[in-house]
Amino acid sequence: MADVELRNVVKKYDDVVAVASINLDIPNHEFVVLVGPSGCGKSTTLRMIAGLEEITGGEITIDGSVVNDLPPKDRDIAMVFQNYALYPHMTVAENMSFGLKLRKFPKAEIKARVDNAARILDITELLARRPKQLSGGQRQRVAMGRAIVRNPKVFLFDEPLSNLDAKLRVQMRTEIKRVHQKVKTTTVYVTHDQVEAMTLADRVVVMNAGRIEQIGTPNDLYHHPATRFVAGFIGSPAMNFVPATLESVGDGLRVRLSDTISFNVPESRVARYKPHAGKQVTFGLRPEHITETRGHHNGTGQEFTAVLDVVEPMGMETMVYFRINGTELCGRVEPTASGNAGEQMPLRANLDQMHLIDPATGLVL
Amino acid sequence: MSTITASVPATKPMRTGASLRRSRRWALFASYFFLILFAIFFLAPPYYMVVTALKTDGEMAKLATNPWFIYDGVTLDQFRILLYNTDFLIFFKNTIIVTVCVVAITMVVSVLAAFALGRMRFWGSSILATGIFLTYLVPDTLLFIPMFQIVKSIGLLNSYWGMVLVYPTLTVPFCTWIMIGYFQSIPKELDEAALIDGAGHMQMLFKIFIPVALPGIIAAMIFAFTVSWAAFVYPMAFLYSSDQQVLTVGTVTSLIRGDVYKWGMLMAGALLAAAPPLVIYAFLMDYYIAGLTAGATKG
Repeated sequence: MADVELRNVVKKYDDVVAVASINLDIPNHEFVVLVGPSGCGKSTTLRMIAGLEEITGGEITIDGSVVNDLPPKDRDIAMVFQNYALYPHMTVAENMSFGLKLRKFPKAEIKARVDNAARILDITELLARRPKQLSGGQRQRVAMGRAIVRNPKVFLFDEPLSNLDAKLRVQMRTEIKRVHQKVKTTTVYVTHDQVEAMTLADRVVVMNAGRIEQIGTPNDLYHHPATRFVAGFIGSPAMNFVPATLESVGDGLRVRLSDTISFNVPESRVARYKPHAGKQVTFGLRPEHITETRGHHNGTGQEFTAVLDVVEPMGMETMVYFRINGTELCGRVEPTASGNAGEQMPLRANLDQMHLIDPATGLVL
Repeated sequence: MSTITASVPATKPMRTGASLRRSRRWALFASYFFLILFAIFFLAPPYYMVVTALKTDGEMAKLATNPWFIYDGVTLDQFRILLYNTDFLIFFKNTIIVTVCVVAITMVVSVLAAFALGRMRFWGSSILATGIFLTYLVPDTLLFIPMFQIVKSIGLLNSYWGMVLVYPTLTVPFCTWIMIGYFQSIPKELDEAALIDGAGHMQMLFKIFIPVALPGIIAAMIFAFTVSWAAFVYPMAFLYSSDQQVLTVGTVTSLIRGDVYKWGMLMAGALLAAAPPLVIYAFLMDYYIAGLTAGATKG
């Protein structure tokens, strides 16, 4: 187990910059998730840590040693791939022990390690089977087993749950978290699924266009996004964004979303937003902070009325979609409170949770 | 009203089912008709070979009888004379030596070449791969003249070792091409996993790629074997003494003297020459299919 550091790491393919000078410190035992849309450079970053991609510039250290020029086998890492990458002609036990055999471990130790990993992952009865005889979830466990037996300094996961169906993905997510709690190996995990990132990570690294947008705990990113990208990427359904104007009203401020709808900025935020008074801003509010009017009288909620476009009952809650000035917004209401599409519905916005974003820079103000 | 609605679903599926059964019967009938037709078409020459090889010379000389049947009794004389009174066994031995060597050389060269060209991306690898395939398109009827000069200059004219040298020019390009396709179809994560597990390139090739690509390797081996076993132009041009000759040319040149065709022995020789490929195909086909379907069912 070890810490991992990335210092000004750059990856270029000819003139295309895949990863643009990123810095990242991952302390020992930490579970870090790199998350972002396709092509954001998260997998490239992981592959550079693995040694499967050469780095164009910067420095990667594992356990204090620079590994820039070390081949993957000498970095003491183990990787779990999206398509499992199990050797199809070997049994589960052979798959798991392959790396140890190449490293000339004694037979007794190989057996002990394989048995131990199989016990942790509950795949003992599968050891004699070949990969094709396993289900997707079982293959994923074997792929994890192959990583665990090596007892490496760092685990690298490259979208390991993407090939599983939704139910199995949730199960395996819990499984991965449980395994990490047991073995506590430093882990770097890549996914494009923000739910996976939020549920698994000690810290989440949000990447976009080859750069790190923000690093933080899942709660940090959710409640205090630094940029519009992070605010929009984290959370499902995504945060609502509406172009607005920040108006001064006496000592206070008001956000005007349309001719008819404007909200008073909570007093606690006035000082923070005062320098931006009179400017165009982007108003951001998560769907769960737009609710029905009844039963939510605490906080600085402000009421408005909207004509519902689409109503989506989800059972435990109902999503309502409506438009303000042509921009679609989503709210989360109690199933009993929702109206029908085409009807007017009084709604309440919890302004304590609002965000204002500079449309020019994309930074949260 | 209710009786009408009830009667509609009761009759409709029956009609659909009946017409499905009828169309299936027709499809089966047509399939069997063409299968039997093709079986007769392809089995007629081997049948003729067997019938002729089991006849006496006397019966063959009688042109009055139907050549597709045996009238004067079955005999193994043609085989006995072929094996004991001709150089057939020498041809057979030479062919086995040449084929085994050619298959071995072909597999070593083409597996290594395909691994390098298919998996180890380097500058010009795709052009090189296409170039190798293009050499396969040059027929041996064009190549044998320059090849004659080369074989002669290295002193292997009229030696079956010369065949061991020249046959790979026919087998290596195509086998390399087949193997490149197979190696490229293996997910790249497999070699990355092996790299991380600590394998070098040769370990990766022998422990991962060759076992995984075994069906492809067997397909390539079958091709190399067939080309080598059945080659005609090169031995015809480069070999002229009996002790160096191979089956294809040796059988024909020793059993056709001027306008005298020893049909019985020719057919017996052709049958014996066809036997090893048949046996090997039968064995490898089973292995090949087993390789493809291993673990396909859950259990």
